[in-house]
Amino acid sequence: MPVQILMPALSPTMTEGKLARWLKAEGDAIAAGDVICEIETDKATMEFEAVDEGTLGKIVVPEGTENVAVNSLIGVLLEEGEEASAMDGMDTAGGPSQDVTATAPAKPAEPARAAVAPDSPLQAGGDAEAGLQEEKQYDSFTKLSVREALRDAMAEEMRANGDVFLLGEEVGQYQGAYKVSQGLLDEFGEKRVIDTPITEMGFTGLATGAAFSGLRPIVEFMTFNFAMQAIDHILNSAAKTLYMSGGQMGCPIVFRGSNGAASRVAAQHSQCYASWYAHCPGLKVVSPWSAADAKGLLKAAIRDPNPVVFLENEMLYGQTFDVPDDPDFVLPIGKAKIERAGSDVTIVAFSRMVAVALEAAATLAEQGIEAEVINLRTIRPLDTATIIRSVQKTNRCVSVEEGWPFAGIGSEIGMTIMEQAFDWLDAPVARVCGVDVPMPYAANLEKLALPTPEGVVEAAKGVCYK
Amino acid sequence: MAATRRKAKSAAAPTADDLKAFYHDMLLIRRFEEKAGQLYGMGLIGGFCHLYIGQEAVVVGLQALAKPGDSVITSYRDHGHMLATGMDPKGVMAELTGRRDGYSRGKGGSMHMFSKEKGFYGGHGIVGAQVPLGTGLGFAHKYRGDDGVCFVYLGDGAINQGQVYESFNMAALWKLPVVYVIENNKYGMGTSVERASATKDLSKRGESFAIAGLAINGMDVIAVKTDAEDAVDRARSGEGPAVLELKTYRYRGHSMSDPAKYRSKEEVSKMRSENDPIDHLRQKLIADGILDEAALKEIDKEIKATVTEAAEYAQNSPEPDPAELYTDVLLDA
Repeated sequence: MPVQILMPALSPTMTEGKLARWLKAEGDAIAAGDVICEIETDKATMEFEAVDEGTLGKIVVPEGTENVAVNSLIGVLLEEGEEASAMDGMDTAGGPSQDVTATAPAKPAEPARAAVAPDSPLQAGGDAEAGLQEEKQYDSFTKLSVREALRDAMAEEMRANGDVFLLGEEVGQYQGAYKVSQGLLDEFGEKRVIDTPITEMGFTGLATGAAFSGLRPIVEFMTFNFAMQAIDHILNSAAKTLYMSGGQMGCPIVFRGSNGAASRVAAQHSQCYASWYAHCPGLKVVSPWSAADAKGLLKAAIRDPNPVVFLENEMLYGQTFDVPDDPDFVLPIGKAKIERAGSDVTIVAFSRMVAVALEAAATLAEQGIEAEVINLRTIRPLDTATIIRSVQKTNRCVSVEEGWPFAGIGSEIGMTIMEQAFDWLDAPVARVCGVDVPMPYAANLEKLALPTPEGVVEAAKGVCYK
Repeated sequence: MAATRRKAKSAAAPTADDLKAFYHDMLLIRRFEEKAGQLYGMGLIGGFCHLYIGQEAVVVGLQALAKPGDSVITSYRDHGHMLATGMDPKGVMAELTGRRDGYSRGKGGSMHMFSKEKGFYGGHGIVGAQVPLGTGLGFAHKYRGDDGVCFVYLGDGAINQGQVYESFNMAALWKLPVVYVIENNKYGMGTSVERASATKDLSKRGESFAIAGLAINGMDVIAVKTDAEDAVDRARSGEGPAVLELKTYRYRGHSMSDPAKYRSKEEVSKMRSENDPIDHLRQKLIADGILDEAALKEIDKEIKATVTEAAEYAQNSPEPDPAELYTDVLLDA
């Protein structure tokens, strides 16, 4: 049967083009790969090669014709042994082809209206049940620093699963740049506690590849500032591959390290990446405050089958908190904690800012304002249920974060409350953020750039109109 | 270990059955890609589509050295690698058309396909990203002690990415079982190696890391298999990575929408007429009396049928269910 030669699409956006020139005449023999005509698209002139071999039986669209629609019949190829009469009865009048073996893809289904999945925690009411479950109570505790809690979490998970390993700069012999991995090399050896060269993009890609094969790497970034060199692998490789593979390629990996401002290390070493990573589907983003948060959430992150970005804070490493002794202690990712109950205003914070919020709450209490302080613990998926329930009680909300205001976590919280609790609000949601400048070095300027308890008190009183 | 450039010591010559299989596999890739180009022209394949035509001998020769359990990873010019690792042409073509029976259920497309079952880890769209990822697959082979090797394919364009050298360093430092296969097809999109690389001998790019390198004629499938064998064996036996430069050529543009004005028609047609890997093997099969014209025609026919079936399957498979928009973002914890 003669082969229909159709106007080809030669770029992702082409819908029509000009048939500039025929390089073969009717009756010419054609081999697969021969250029048969030239086609001008909106971007370039392209050569159109034959796929099948045979003889050019008929030219349907003459050269010089403009605006030839993609997929319309432009010529007919006779296969080996076929005579011109084989074309009898074929519609060779040109125009859009009616009878080709290929059918154009069906029109896409209704465009999605919701910006987020119906069952996503970002969606109104989603995850409400999970968010409102009471946290398990423990009765026996030990005081641990955040540093020790992180180390214990890794050690326990490494004992439990031989596929878990730690790699990063100075994690082994040096015992950790911030001593978080102290003792791990001695217990687990060089095979599982791996000192890397200073090569963030390389070792992040390497660990992600190992996770694709089913191992469970913990990648330590000395600080998340250096992970900027590796962010392509965190997003394009780790976060997106499950989706791009139709669910085949899991990536059980933890990216952890200190995030946010430390002290006097200036702009390149003092940045909060919470909103950067929380923007991206395919990642979970956790940011603990206390030692209990650190241990329970890191254990959950290591067990999670998805890539988890785990944002610690250097200023917290040495602080001590009660940590449950229960060997099965683990905290659920996606669940916030109410650190202080209150009825007048909700203060939402994460990481080091939880302490700032609690200090502000104490000051506010002296002034007769009872603040409810929510420790987010997880940034993505955000525990919106806990935030909304609190705002429905207090009718006012202040968000506190170290990061910059534009498109920050506070922006997301404000929008979420507007979408889900607008009628409960008695005042606009207020944000307390890092000042919108690169972090300065001078001690006085650095202090001015970061949220303070006083700033939070002022914002809380503002939304209470006091 | 000093960086050396040595030929394979005692690589076994391919048998007649090997040669028949090479011919079949290369022709399958060629015909599959021609069909993909045709479907692209009909608007059935969208977006970017990078064809492997001309480079078939590289992946077919290299994968002849792979063992079950090995892993493979490459860039976005990946259709040939998928077919060479034994993935089903129907599933690959259905992914190209964005349908639910594609390997990624229509959510990955030409550049993003995977088959854990066949040890194929993609299909990566960011130039050079597959190099540390593949180094990590090699790391996992060593961690598990499973005797596997990772074949990491990259182009002459990717070779100038910094992460390639970060990977070389770690692979050499930790003696990872990785074979880096540089497919030098002379052009990174429209920029020739001459215009992009300060040093043109890409086989030497691992020398700073004491990784042995070897340049191989990538238009000759027998040379590919024979010359690469020693490097693969050494990687497998724990001696560390290798860098192989496969000198090859792509006949088509960088992608379907590339008018290829950066090279002359004469250059392309000379390569096609004088160096075509499939034509050469075909002549050898006849000259050595392994297959006659009739038998070769039979193989051609069989492959044509396979590709036609794949194309029909890819057009008849439905588009993904709209609910698929929301699935596969995260796994249940």
